[in-house]
Amino acid sequence: MKGIKTLALGAGLGSLLLSAAWAEGLDGKVIGFSQIGSESGWRAAETSVTKAEAEARGIDLKFADAQQKQENQIKAIRGFVAQGVDAILVAPVVATGWEEVLTEAKEANIPVVLLDRGIEAPEDLYLTSVASDQVVEGRVAGEWLVAAVGDKPCNVVELQGTVGSSPAINRKQGFEEALAGKDNLAIIRSQTGDFTRSKGKEVMEGFLKAEGGGANICAVYAHNDDMAVGAIQAIKDAGLKPGADILVVSIDAVPDIFSAMATGEANATVELTPNMAGPAFDALQAYWDAGTVPPKFIITESKLYTPTDDPQGEYERRKDLGY
Amino acid sequence: MTRPTIDLRPTTQPPYPRARPIHAFFTRPQVIALIAVLLVNWMLFPGFFTITWQDGRLFGSLIDVLNRGAPVAILAIGMTAVIATKGVDLSVGAVMAISGAVAATLVSSGVSAPVAVAAALGAGLLCGLWNGILVTVLDIQPIIATLVLMVAGRGLAQLVTEGSIVTFSDPVLVFIGTGSILGLPTPVVIALLLMIAATLAVRRTALGLLIEAVGVNRSAARFAGLSAGALLLIVYTFAGFCAAVAGLIVAGDIRGADANNAGLWLELDAILAVVIGGTSLLGGRFSIPMAVLGAIIIQAMNTGILISGFSPEFNLVVKSAVIIVILVLQSPLSARMFRGRSGGNSGKAK
Amino acid sequence: MAEEMAAPGGRPVLEAQGIVKIFGQHRALDGVDFTAHAGEVHALLGENGAGKSTLIKILTGAYQPDEGELRLDGTPIQLRNPLHGQSFGIGTVYQEVNLLPNRSVAENLFLGRQPTRFGLVDRAGIVRRARELLARYGLDIDVRAELSEFSVAVQQIVAIARAVELSGKVLVLDEPTASLDRNEVERLFDVVRGLRADGLAIIFITHFLDQVFALADRVTILRNGTRVATQPLAALNTTDVVRMMLGKDMAFEHHPSALAGGPRGAVRVEFKGIGRKGMPPFDLAIHEGEVVGVAGLLGSGRTEVARLMFGVDAAEGGEVRVDGEAVSVRNPAQAVAAGFGFCPEDRKLDGIFGDLSVRENIIIALQAKLGWFRALNHEDQIELAGRYAEALDIRAASHDMPVKLLSGGNQQKVILARWLAIDPTFLILDEPTRGIDVGAHAEIVRTINRLREEGLALFVISSELDEVVAYSNRVVVMRDREMVAELEGDAIAPEAIVEAIAGTTREARA
Repeated sequence: MKGIKTLALGAGLGSLLLSAAWAEGLDGKVIGFSQIGSESGWRAAETSVTKAEAEARGIDLKFADAQQKQENQIKAIRGFVAQGVDAILVAPVVATGWEEVLTEAKEANIPVVLLDRGIEAPEDLYLTSVASDQVVEGRVAGEWLVAAVGDKPCNVVELQGTVGSSPAINRKQGFEEALAGKDNLAIIRSQTGDFTRSKGKEVMEGFLKAEGGGANICAVYAHNDDMAVGAIQAIKDAGLKPGADILVVSIDAVPDIFSAMATGEANATVELTPNMAGPAFDALQAYWDAGTVPPKFIITESKLYTPTDDPQGEYERRKDLGY
Repeated sequence: MTRPTIDLRPTTQPPYPRARPIHAFFTRPQVIALIAVLLVNWMLFPGFFTITWQDGRLFGSLIDVLNRGAPVAILAIGMTAVIATKGVDLSVGAVMAISGAVAATLVSSGVSAPVAVAAALGAGLLCGLWNGILVTVLDIQPIIATLVLMVAGRGLAQLVTEGSIVTFSDPVLVFIGTGSILGLPTPVVIALLLMIAATLAVRRTALGLLIEAVGVNRSAARFAGLSAGALLLIVYTFAGFCAAVAGLIVAGDIRGADANNAGLWLELDAILAVVIGGTSLLGGRFSIPMAVLGAIIIQAMNTGILISGFSPEFNLVVKSAVIIVILVLQSPLSARMFRGRSGGNSGKAK
Repeated sequence: MAEEMAAPGGRPVLEAQGIVKIFGQHRALDGVDFTAHAGEVHALLGENGAGKSTLIKILTGAYQPDEGELRLDGTPIQLRNPLHGQSFGIGTVYQEVNLLPNRSVAENLFLGRQPTRFGLVDRAGIVRRARELLARYGLDIDVRAELSEFSVAVQQIVAIARAVELSGKVLVLDEPTASLDRNEVERLFDVVRGLRADGLAIIFITHFLDQVFALADRVTILRNGTRVATQPLAALNTTDVVRMMLGKDMAFEHHPSALAGGPRGAVRVEFKGIGRKGMPPFDLAIHEGEVVGVAGLLGSGRTEVARLMFGVDAAEGGEVRVDGEAVSVRNPAQAVAAGFGFCPEDRKLDGIFGDLSVRENIIIALQAKLGWFRALNHEDQIELAGRYAEALDIRAASHDMPVKLLSGGNQQKVILARWLAIDPTFLILDEPTRGIDVGAHAEIVRTINRLREEGLALFVISSELDEVVAYSNRVVVMRDREMVAELEGDAIAPEAIVEAIAGTTREARA
């Protein structure tokens, strides 16, 4: 248990304490970071964690907010190249159109690391990419549910992310993989909640009405925590107890799901770590110090949190990260 | 003397303020559309019309339609007046986010709820006034003028919330979003009161006629001695106020201000509701109750899709198909065809 | 067929026989015959509602007749739409230039059928051919410049050139002169005469009888959907034509001397030193029961004076007095508060609320004056609208119908009614009879006289001198944005006014 706690610490802001130990190697390095923007709480947390990680390692981080525009990112990268930074981190807003600017960086001999999203470009244009595996996230959530219900029959309703988005597709796929072959579990309804609380609540309301006021529903799986928080309210409004009458499992591990967990209203969440920069910096350090070429894809851990993982403590640790 | 005996009435009767016989109400395309959508919902889900009494409030899918439709209905009330002046307000979604952000941030920093609500409404009024000033004083086209706040407003809301979802448990705000009055959800009651108040305000005074006059021909309105500027300021400010009310409801509903998503794209739903309600984007004749009906039609469709069990990939396709049918039903062409057919029938009967 | 006299030109090109067109219960056209010959200008006259525009729409393909037959060069044709009509050689030029103002003249001429070279638009070719084409119309302009840079007259000629290029057999001119001044009209007429000499059949619709006599060879007169006559104009005079159009003897009451020296009341409104940038200050006092007529060419500053008086353009300096009291007229709302009314020149743009009802159009100024909270109730509105509609003989099937469905003359009367409803002290009428048929025209002239008799002060701008003479106590002549002459009493006569305008104009041009 102690080991798990330590790991949990490492995943959040606490990881600073660990990573600070081997930080000297990057001290004084100048690294540019082109962030997409601040369209979600997770994104804001990623930004603040990246800044904290850089500070702990003595990195001079040049931060550029692209406000959801690729042209701004391209401009920022050109700016970084012109400034002669040591490395560039990019969280790409779209998958295509990067060849030219990344070639410029490559010609200037500046390694580029992609954060949390992939791109369609020759692999030699970037050093590595750090991202979570969304299918695994879905699978971890599904496996938890399979274990939690055991042999009991269980009707699951699913709150999908925005239709056609890759997290929605992949988290659905992973979850279905985990449920495959378990005849006692069935996904009876699946609708999009657009990753938002209010849509999550509205859709859950509809599900509850359509399924005998919730009597037929044993669990809700939400593609993100925000929709789960909305669903929890809908369940309460319908006079049921979330977490007991209807199990709630979701993905992301934002602070509010931990406070729900602390009061027993949510049962499990799978972390999408905002710390993409930590592994990126580690890879850069290994690359510069020992010439180790990292794998093209560094997958972050998809860690499961349940009420036994000190949800109140997790909430406190995360609430100031900008979620 | 021979007076022209030709009937020169327009082929489509625009919404008209005066009382009409009940049967005329039920033959309006909007009412037919609403009934049709509700019946389809009932076929998809037999319990659709079931309403029960639970925990001191009405409970059922039909109530959900009204409750979920309330924010767009409230936006549509303000939007109707704006569109009647030949304008449009794209910023209402962003203003919702601002209003929610202001209220949530204030109550979570210890300010009392009435003050927070007043501040949120004040923020909405200011946003509306800003739009009005851009449109009247600087004479910027409404679609551009309000686009400014549509883009900047959400950023403003994010600044207020510092990018995170500010949650609260203040009973007053929660009541606005999820409470009930006489068994009806608070948002429904608020929308209803606002609709009645706005309708009386425009029809019991000369505001409605003057708004229509400005919308039909702003230049002629000026020549007729109307102060179009003051009128436009009021109309845009009112739209901002409505957006603030809707923003409070949405924030109260999820007990948090989600600056990124609150009211996102709802301006388009509101515009659609107004158009379904028969108010032309070219300005002029308008009807606030019909726009509210339009919002309910849209929500009835959304709820229907939710309970239908269709895969969500079909949502937009189904929605747009239904909307096309409604808009075609209200087009002058179909009105003519309808008229022609019914005329023919009565001819045969004789 | 007895009255169908031989045309001076030659063979019939476009023939319509027994045309019937029914809208609802109403027979807009009831068995009308019409023939346009090659090499003639054939005027089509009739009051609004006579069936003129319906006939034109059938001849050009915009409407399909319910009965009757169209023949082109003796062959029966059925036109599906104006484009189809165009392909048969029937082109139309409307009052409002129907081209793209922000494209070049050359592009406008060849739009939709650009000459191409190797599959690409041949720009040089377009410019060359446009130049050649316009040269035939005596027009030597930069065809690469945007159309909007040229005067309406030039734009009209470009529109005609395009229509003739596209069609080339029949040219329909639908009120082409409504927005042109005298010189421009002459220029347009020269072009039309040239086309007539080339053997085109030209159908000419206008409200100006003098233009009909100046240009047309034959005239067809419609009344209530039937043809009254088709005759060579040489055999007719104005009175004949008006009589046939109206079915009764009718002409303007030409008795200016009756007004000369007549009693007039105290000064009602007084403008002192009213002016603004580009408009030199003017002084003018108008008395109770007085009509001040304004004459002058387009662009002489007539409309600008009216706009200053009504606060549409705010005056820079100067003062306005009503019954001796200084009032502020910085905007139309203040003007209305001061009891002023203004019937603007451009009825459609500045006057009517097309989608609002006749009733609402009548009460709107009064309601604006009363403010937002003193709403006229429905009964009051009905009463007011009814009273003024009757007083001005506004013909509408219902006062609830949109005003845009009324004829131009009735729309003008609605605007007049709107101002009478505020019980005005001073009325400004800018071209009150423009684009209005003869009957309504005479009615409006009579109404102006009646209002004067009731003690109103009026300021009336008109291009029609006969009309100005018929109702003015005083005539102000404008040139180059200044009031250059004032005629009173016996001095008021069309010739005198023309001299006042022309004398100075010639000087200015010399």
